[in-house]
Amino acid sequence: MNLAQRHSRSSIMATIFFGSTVFAVLCLATLLFTVFNQTAGYVLLEYTTAKADVLPLDANGVPVPLESLDASALKDILDANLGARQLKAIEIEKPLEQRSQKSLADLVVSEVLQPEVVRTWSFVESVFSKEKIFAWAKDNSGDGSLVFRFWLNPSFLTKSQSSNALFAGVKSAIIGSMMTIGLTILFAFPLGLGAAIYMEEYAKDNAFNRIIRTNIYNLAGVPSIIYGMLGLGIFVRFLEPITSGRAFGMTGPDTAGDGRTILSAGLTLALLILPTIIINAQEAIRAVPRTLRESGYALGATKWQVIKSHVLPSSMDRILTGTVLAISRGIGETAPLVLVGASTFLTKDPTSIFSKFTTLPIQIYQWTSRPQAEFRNIAAAAIVILMILLLSLNAGAIILRNKYRSERRG
Amino acid sequence: MTNIQYSTDLAGKRRPAEAMIHYFLFFAATVSILTTVGIVGTLGKEAFPFFAKVSIWEFLTTLHWQPQIDEFGILPLFTATLVTSVIAMCIALPVGLASAVYLSEYAPPKLRNILKPVLEVLAGIPSVVYGFFALQTVTPILQGVFGSDKVDIYNTLSAGLVMGVLILPLISSMCEDALSSVPKALREGAYALGATKLEVSLTIVIPAALSGISAAFIVGLSRAVGETMIVALAAGSGSNLTLNPFKSAETMTGHIVRISGGDLSYDSIDYNSLFAIGLFLFVITLSLNALSSHLVRKYQEVYE
Repeated sequence: MNLAQRHSRSSIMATIFFGSTVFAVLCLATLLFTVFNQTAGYVLLEYTTAKADVLPLDANGVPVPLESLDASALKDILDANLGARQLKAIEIEKPLEQRSQKSLADLVVSEVLQPEVVRTWSFVESVFSKEKIFAWAKDNSGDGSLVFRFWLNPSFLTKSQSSNALFAGVKSAIIGSMMTIGLTILFAFPLGLGAAIYMEEYAKDNAFNRIIRTNIYNLAGVPSIIYGMLGLGIFVRFLEPITSGRAFGMTGPDTAGDGRTILSAGLTLALLILPTIIINAQEAIRAVPRTLRESGYALGATKWQVIKSHVLPSSMDRILTGTVLAISRGIGETAPLVLVGASTFLTKDPTSIFSKFTTLPIQIYQWTSRPQAEFRNIAAAAIVILMILLLSLNAGAIILRNKYRSERRG
Repeated sequence: MTNIQYSTDLAGKRRPAEAMIHYFLFFAATVSILTTVGIVGTLGKEAFPFFAKVSIWEFLTTLHWQPQIDEFGILPLFTATLVTSVIAMCIALPVGLASAVYLSEYAPPKLRNILKPVLEVLAGIPSVVYGFFALQTVTPILQGVFGSDKVDIYNTLSAGLVMGVLILPLISSMCEDALSSVPKALREGAYALGATKLEVSLTIVIPAALSGISAAFIVGLSRAVGETMIVALAAGSGSNLTLNPFKSAETMTGHIVRISGGDLSYDSIDYNSLFAIGLFLFVITLSLNALSSHLVRKYQEVYE
């Protein structure tokens, strides 16, 4: 092979290597596109009760838009069309007189008109083949109405679960995710940091400590679903009196009544991310130069004083970054929480750590696995929220790291 | 004069608070041991009643997994796991290794600083999102290419391909670590003999980093075997003994998640069978991880 051939082979392969990296970037782009494409688009709705039967008509015989009606008119519509029991249930939630025009209008839509999704279209379809969509709607549904809908809208954030995708929201899931991950941090951070300090500063090189070290590395490679089985066996069943809150006298309608609570979920996730936190913190502590410790000892400081005022401050930026990475892995975990017993349907938002729970990834899983297309749309909207949560967490870690760095320099 | 005697006592002051801290730190370190004991204990305890009814031999060799008629053969679930994992590795290993070579040997520092965070973002996306991606985009594309009569809505190919993308950043970053820890002197020596960049990469750097690369491969495989949400969403439900990647087939992890997500009474054989699968899964991933850390240790001995 001559030199020219060797060089041309070299450049061909260089292109292939570069192409592989580009492939990874393209995958990320396609994934993001897939998600965003589903978060907005046309929806064909059919009302169970026709608008004309319920709403007052204007001069042309067309039902007036809901927004133009005032609160008392809306109240009359509700009174006229809903049964006494239904009205009572709504009154218990919040009396009609105290509700705003907007909330009454929402009630008219969800309780009286009761729209059902016939078909949904993605954002790209809605923009580029609008005529086709309108033609399809005309052919397949005479009285249906075609609306452009942003699935990711403010009310999606403030509504709880619903069996109708149009009225479903992620409020319960966000509360559940926040409470679960809060508990996880509460347990995993002190334990993880403590273990890392022990391994790096205190542990002598003996058989027992070597076993702990190997064990931590092995635990980091255990699939998350196995942690779910651990949580199910230990927290949900074995420690049920504690995780259900019965040991603390916590019973009643707000608690789950068994071990399938936020507490169990938080503890399971804590064990899951513990090895990652320990390994990251160990590396951070190991990177602190020996001289820093020696100078502390030379001034007569004790071991703990050296750790507290020399080792930890100068490694905290890396410890926190590692912890945040571990936490963002925890937030996205789904499989272990399915095993620990996330609820398929929550009638009310979780109020304490002994409540039943659902989390954002669990919602995404449940909605994606439904056969109806509109649930894919709200799954996509929930994915966007989850990704924003993860991104802001990572951004927070970077800010925190920079703050620690500048404090150390200054 | 007793004071002097006191000050020459070199035993040091007793510090109960520091001792307490020491004990807490020791306790924190032993939590990991307790976790392992908990995992082995739970899996063993719950799987024991299962293996009392179904022999291990029956468990490993029966060709069907149909709890309704008391047939508990892991083979269909295991082959589905094998198919998805092999497909995933066929994507993740070549692409991951090639991008690692690019990032470690070819990429200009500026581009590297853009590409590495992109790979990190890819690695940070929760697997349930990848499951959505598989079902929403990859499966329709596969049905478009091969025909929807051939490709089921739920199929192992789609799940495997997307799992490959999920594992790719892991393999890429582990391989890159292995490649960049090959001493510079080895490269310089080859360049001095007139080798091209490609020849240096392929015949010097990659062979020198081979144990690290194989460790990355094994860790990736272990991740693929244990990966749950993608297969739960995209590979289908219901066990199916097939090697055809266009067909729907439930993997071990997919089965555990689907069954435990429904109403399941404790202490039934269905419940115990999940832990038997879990134990099997745990043994597989543990041996893979042990093999990989053995390889990494071996490779560290060469260059340090």
